[in-house]
Amino acid sequence: MSDEKSDPAKPNIFSEVLSLLSANFSQYFMFIALIVIMLIFTIATDGGFISSRNISNLLNQMGYIAVLAVGMTLIIVIRHIDLSVGYLAGFLGAFAAIAMTSWGLPVYVVIPVVLILGALSGLLTSLPIAKLGVPAFVSTMAAGLIFRGALLLVTMGTGTIIIRDPIFNAIGNGFIPDIPDFGFLDDRHKVTLIIGVIAIIFSIISAIRSRRKKISYNFEVSSPSMFILQMILTSAIIGYVVWLLSGYNGLSWSLVIVLIVVALFTFITTKTPLGRHIYAVGGNPEAAELSGISVARITQLVFAFMGVLSALSGILYASRLQSATTTAGLGFETDAIAAAFVGGVSAAGGVGTIIGSFIGALVMMSLTSGMNLMGIDISIQYIVRGAVLVGAVIVDRATRKGR
Amino acid sequence: MEQPILEMKSITKEFPGVKALDDVTFSVAKGEIHCLVGENGAGKSTLVKVLSGVHPYGTYSGEIFINGEPQKFSGIRDSENAGIAIIYQELALVPELSVYDNIFLGNEITNGLTIDSYETIKQAADILKKVGLDVNPETKVKTLGVGKQQLIEIAKALKKDVKILILDEPTAALNETDSDNLLELIKGLKKQGVTCILISHKLREVLAVADTITVLRDGKTICTLDNREHQVRESTLIRHMVGRSIDNVFPKRKKIEIGEEVLRLENWSAYSPALGRQILKDININVHAGEIVGIAGLMGSGRTELAKSIFGNPDRYHVSGKIFIKGKEQKFRNPHDAIISQLAYVTEDRKGNGLILIQDVKTNITLSNLREITERGIINENEEIVVANNYKESLNIKTPSIEQKVLNLSGGNQQKVSLGKWLFVKPGVMILDEPTRGIDVGAKYEIYTIMNSLVERGMSIIMISSELPEILGMSDRVYVMSGGQIKGELTGEEATQEKIMEIAVEY
Repeated sequence: MSDEKSDPAKPNIFSEVLSLLSANFSQYFMFIALIVIMLIFTIATDGGFISSRNISNLLNQMGYIAVLAVGMTLIIVIRHIDLSVGYLAGFLGAFAAIAMTSWGLPVYVVIPVVLILGALSGLLTSLPIAKLGVPAFVSTMAAGLIFRGALLLVTMGTGTIIIRDPIFNAIGNGFIPDIPDFGFLDDRHKVTLIIGVIAIIFSIISAIRSRRKKISYNFEVSSPSMFILQMILTSAIIGYVVWLLSGYNGLSWSLVIVLIVVALFTFITTKTPLGRHIYAVGGNPEAAELSGISVARITQLVFAFMGVLSALSGILYASRLQSATTTAGLGFETDAIAAAFVGGVSAAGGVGTIIGSFIGALVMMSLTSGMNLMGIDISIQYIVRGAVLVGAVIVDRATRKGR
Repeated sequence: MEQPILEMKSITKEFPGVKALDDVTFSVAKGEIHCLVGENGAGKSTLVKVLSGVHPYGTYSGEIFINGEPQKFSGIRDSENAGIAIIYQELALVPELSVYDNIFLGNEITNGLTIDSYETIKQAADILKKVGLDVNPETKVKTLGVGKQQLIEIAKALKKDVKILILDEPTAALNETDSDNLLELIKGLKKQGVTCILISHKLREVLAVADTITVLRDGKTICTLDNREHQVRESTLIRHMVGRSIDNVFPKRKKIEIGEEVLRLENWSAYSPALGRQILKDININVHAGEIVGIAGLMGSGRTELAKSIFGNPDRYHVSGKIFIKGKEQKFRNPHDAIISQLAYVTEDRKGNGLILIQDVKTNITLSNLREITERGIINENEEIVVANNYKESLNIKTPSIEQKVLNLSGGNQQKVSLGKWLFVKPGVMILDEPTRGIDVGAKYEIYTIMNSLVERGMSIIMISSELPEILGMSDRVYVMSGGQIKGELTGEEATQEKIMEIAVEY
């Protein structure tokens, strides 16, 4: 704001950045918070936090929460909550383990079956909500109890089930393959770097395309220097993360899955009529219904998505532990809900983005990882995470109010 | 001259980018009914908020005097203590609580620890008598109609020692009878020495009750008129409000041929399981191409229920009877089916079930017809901007951009967004439910003009309205409803306010 006085005649790039930042503060706040948190931990751990190894671990650990946070975003956007996701993930993880170890089913059969079961469970949970108006809080809590019981039931005889299928276990622990060394960048994961370069090129091309399209419609676009700055920033972030990852085994399968889920749901929510319908139902269900949108159907669909993502979360978790345990899923829902709220989803409905919740999950996981590195006791960790959760929501509310 | 009970001098209130009040001076004599009129955005609400302490002392410049004493309100408590009570358009009652609980909410009469119900009920009954409301104080508020709820709000205000009662659009949601009752009550309060400030869009009632009328326009006081002898004319008032003379409140329509029948209901009845009663009974109506059909009736006569039951029945009434669209029988399972049959329904309650306030103008406009701008499953956002800008231009929606959230627009512009949204589904029959409720004179005229141009192009409009002049001024034909039935049908020529009212009150 203040720089406008310095040279009001011609708007410079600096003032354009500032006005963009102030206009979309609540959107950028999470990014800034994430960077600040990472900087603090990097300094506190003498750079240990930002090492390739730690960042790689952090991203792989967060997979099962990140996919839940994506689904939870949609659930909260349509003004509901899902408390059953943790135990559904736990139960379906155990189901997958039993299907492979006891029944000897191959992994490529088990995974689709588990995902479908997830969808059906979510759909079933949503029926009282969508058809009878039972509060989601009650319906999903009941479903959570049932899934917990089911988990205990299937693991009763065996206790922890060890999974020995190498393909299944690679989902949570494996990395994408690399090409053989050829004397250049031998200490780096080359395929990861190549994917990174492709991602950067792709993002630049699609940005230029959308800008051209806008110009062809005679719409206002940001100034060329601003556009180039945005390009450079995006490329730098992708480049840096990829460079970090390539220093330690490269991209993990778990991260690949998370990125695909985030990309897919970002696409659905921002580019398709279905996405519009979801946000319309969240923004004003009565108006949505009178606009020809079936609120009941959207509710069922969103819970079915949540079910699939719970199943995926269960698979990621069981695969990472290479086993199904009787307590798997405990507290997942809390982490997913926290990630969504930290990521700017509004409890009042209709507001929140997939990317935001992904960043929210990253913030929460960074806190855990950073504090672990610093050797901070778990008791303090819970308190800090609670404070960050409520702080983020307060800042979000305060910055939104004025607009 | 006697000292005024309230004086506001040189009030200026700025919001970022706008001067909402610009050197406004406003003076109210003791015991009068003073009406405050002006278009939406003229500054009426801001003025009231300054007076009530919602905008505390220090956030505006200028002075407020009550009985000559300067006042510095830092909040609503302060203004209440000074004897000012405000009744807002949106009622602030708790539906699940009883009438007496609501009246004494926040000021409960206790005997030490618990609420003294007997004493409360006794006092509530006295206050209710004062406002002429004959209900059992133990009734739950939710079972009462809007008119009675409005009176309870006033009773609640009167319980405190009120010197100045401010009513913001009190009759907006009321039917003629309830409005008349309310206006009578205000006149009665005046006799008891209560000074009333009345904000209203309904100029007829303003002219009927006001002793003095102050007109605001664009944040400035335009004039203060003496109306003790009822000498002010509506056209004068309108001229002051809009700064131009509107010769005819209703735009002229080209004479067009009434076309074929496009919608017909046969023996249409509906039962509401939620209310547990029959809400519509044996309705037979028809609508032709190029026709505006007015549906008149008192509040609660079943007009909105009729519209909703036709439009895919989202409230899940049990309906029987037949709908014919262009001669073919249709069965709508939901609003989506109705939209496919080229029906559109612009709701009565823009904020409640019409628009998605937290979303922007363009998203609201395209919501019901996303298919039109979707290519291979992906929304073409550029096309969306073009569509929205077209409606912004053609409907004259006043908004800085189509990216503006709808909640930041004025009522009239929100209504235009609603119209744009439903025009985009390219309907054959449009049901407009109270299309000009709560919007200013200028915007009303624009909406009437839009309606005329639509029927000139062969569209049909069913217009539900509580404002009789609007029904008379716009309709080719009028159905009058009462008690969930069509009690009469009048042609545009034979319809008069008296005739319509006579039928509407028939039970």
